[in-house]
Amino acid sequence: MGKPAGNPMTTATRTRNAKITWRLSLMVVGMFGFGFALVPLYDLLCEVTGLGGKTGGAYAYEPANTWPDTTRLISVNFTTNTNAGMPWEFWAEKGGMRVHPGELRQMNFFMRNTTRRRMIAQAVPSVVPARAAEYFHKTECFCFEQQVLEPGELLEMPMRFIIDRRLPKNVQSVSLSYELFDVTYLEADDLVAGHEGHQE
Amino acid sequence: MSDIIDTRQEFTQDFDHDAHHDVQPDRGIVRWLLTTNHKDIGTLYLWFSFLMLLIGGSLALVIRTELFEPGLQFIEPAFFNQMTTNHGLIMVFGAIMPAFVGLANWLLPMMVGAPDMALPRMNNLSFWILPFAFGLLISTLFMEGGGPNFGWTFYAPLSTTYAPDTVTYFILSIHMMGASSIMGSINIIATILNMRAPGMTLMKMPLFVWTWLITAYLLLAVMPVLAGLVTMMLFDIHFGTSFFNAAGGGDPVMFQHIFWFFGHPEVYIMILPAFGIVSQIIPTFARKPLFGYDSMVYATASIAFLSFTVWAHHMFTVGMPLAGQLFFMYATLLIAVPTGVKVFNWVSTMWRGAMTFETPMLFSIAFVVLFTIGGFSGLMLAIAPADYQYHDTYFVVAHFHYVLVPGALFSIIAAVYYWLPKWCGRMYDESLGKLHFWLSFIGVNVTFFPQHFSGLAGMPRRIPDYALQFADFNMVSSIGAFVFGFSQLLFLYVVIKTIKSGEPATGRVWEGAHGLEWTLPSPAPYHTFTHPPRVVDAEAHS
Repeated sequence: MGKPAGNPMTTATRTRNAKITWRLSLMVVGMFGFGFALVPLYDLLCEVTGLGGKTGGAYAYEPANTWPDTTRLISVNFTTNTNAGMPWEFWAEKGGMRVHPGELRQMNFFMRNTTRRRMIAQAVPSVVPARAAEYFHKTECFCFEQQVLEPGELLEMPMRFIIDRRLPKNVQSVSLSYELFDVTYLEADDLVAGHEGHQE
Repeated sequence: MSDIIDTRQEFTQDFDHDAHHDVQPDRGIVRWLLTTNHKDIGTLYLWFSFLMLLIGGSLALVIRTELFEPGLQFIEPAFFNQMTTNHGLIMVFGAIMPAFVGLANWLLPMMVGAPDMALPRMNNLSFWILPFAFGLLISTLFMEGGGPNFGWTFYAPLSTTYAPDTVTYFILSIHMMGASSIMGSINIIATILNMRAPGMTLMKMPLFVWTWLITAYLLLAVMPVLAGLVTMMLFDIHFGTSFFNAAGGGDPVMFQHIFWFFGHPEVYIMILPAFGIVSQIIPTFARKPLFGYDSMVYATASIAFLSFTVWAHHMFTVGMPLAGQLFFMYATLLIAVPTGVKVFNWVSTMWRGAMTFETPMLFSIAFVVLFTIGGFSGLMLAIAPADYQYHDTYFVVAHFHYVLVPGALFSIIAAVYYWLPKWCGRMYDESLGKLHFWLSFIGVNVTFFPQHFSGLAGMPRRIPDYALQFADFNMVSSIGAFVFGFSQLLFLYVVIKTIKSGEPATGRVWEGAHGLEWTLPSPAPYHTFTHPPRVVDAEAHS
């Protein structure tokens, strides 16, 4: 490297400057990586704390250690929404039910593709209050997979769940909300074109 | 002692060998394009940030014109959104940050007794990226579909799924600004840690140097996170990933967490160098050494550290466990402690000092008073249960404008008045300077003080129209904005007049000034401290 005019730096200073530049660059690269590491860290935090009402994946049902706690009755509410631009119909058989913690219950959900094209949907669950999320176990749920429906097709989907017996005593009612998204574009070969179509 | 002598000999030999001391700048545009001189680059940064101040200020005046009366008068809501977004982006990344970097370029080498910045070529690159970054950003306003319209915080999915097509240019320009800031910070740290004159120990450095050292580390820690964030946006928009897309398993709330992990230290990046500036100016005009130098250094470091632990106080209403709300509330309130230490130190410095009120001092005292008001409204916002009322209202707008305009911007203006005689060798016109101060001081308060009231009464931010009961406050606010905006043209006039025809300045300039830069003649020669100076205690920190 040429020496900038009028800048009488000693070789020793130059070496030290080069060294600190590399060290600080490493810090920059590290922090860039840390930004991306925040994504799995955030998911982990949400799973552990139920932050954002996120529920876990499929729950392994073991009758041996789940027996109903008949002293408590929890009111469970179901709400369904479709995301902006999602034309499907999506509803639960009933708006709510009362359940004992520890008992396995079922609620039926329905989706209908009201359009004239084949579409793919993904439901995303969320539980309120958020601190109840980690105690809301689903043994079977349509939200674990995507739904592919032909034009006009109606689908009935059972959702089975158990409220954990360890649910905090001060929680008397839990709401489970599903938001239905159109993810047809994710299947498209040309993702860019597909996404633009999605934006419309 | 022998250490110092050795180093001096080494410098002297190197200097004699190269004999660069008579090198003068090139002429014309080439000088500015190719310069590696810290003074030239500092000048470039300062003029660039002033241009950005005028552009960002014009956008603010478009906003205030529309809000002068209720109803939609002049612009469409969609265009209004572009105005608020670009006003924020240009002021934060284009005006305040480059102005501080410009001051750092001009002053750090002179303050620590170095011949130049540690990495002069990279210095040139860091500056010349900026005109392209902002040219790109501003050009989007003239493109089909319009420029960024999602607020300067660019929350997903507004900035991904629902963004205008120009968002890709926005992402690129953020990347360029980030690269510029990162290179600038590396340069500043290397200069401060490696280039100090013998005897200039860390705890003898002027506070402006200290605050910039800490700010540079903050920048290195968070600008890469911002770069990562916009990269995720780019992937979500063009490559089918779902970082922030709930349908694909992503989470829009995560965007806000990552953004504010960058964003909160960023607000301290915009205020710590301001703390440094007023810590230089107040002792000069109080004619007393800075009260509590050590505690100032530790307070700055504490604020920087705590700034990483408070980000979610921007998100109380988004939804968070009670424990989270409590943690972020208390951590935020805790920052008031080191900040309070600073405010009390400035006041104690002035206590029983032989004070005079030249323009830089006026701006600095206004800084202390008005920044404290902004700090107090920040404390109100930090209280989680109360924040549910204040969130996204004009109270928030009033709060952050109080810390950024009479806070950061006033400190920059104070710095320009304070060091301008050193830079150009001429004194500014004191009466015009004072006129500029009073117009700015009145203008800024008339603009932003009523916004506290309209905010507490429930006026939401980022809207082009509002309910009738807010009409009077908004009219007052708009009048103040025009007074404040146009008085900055007076600032431009004062600076140009000084450069062209000011009275010659002495080397010391101010009777009470201390620091190595004041031992140099005015104007400071193109190359300074090619021989490292002898640092005596009287000239060490402010």
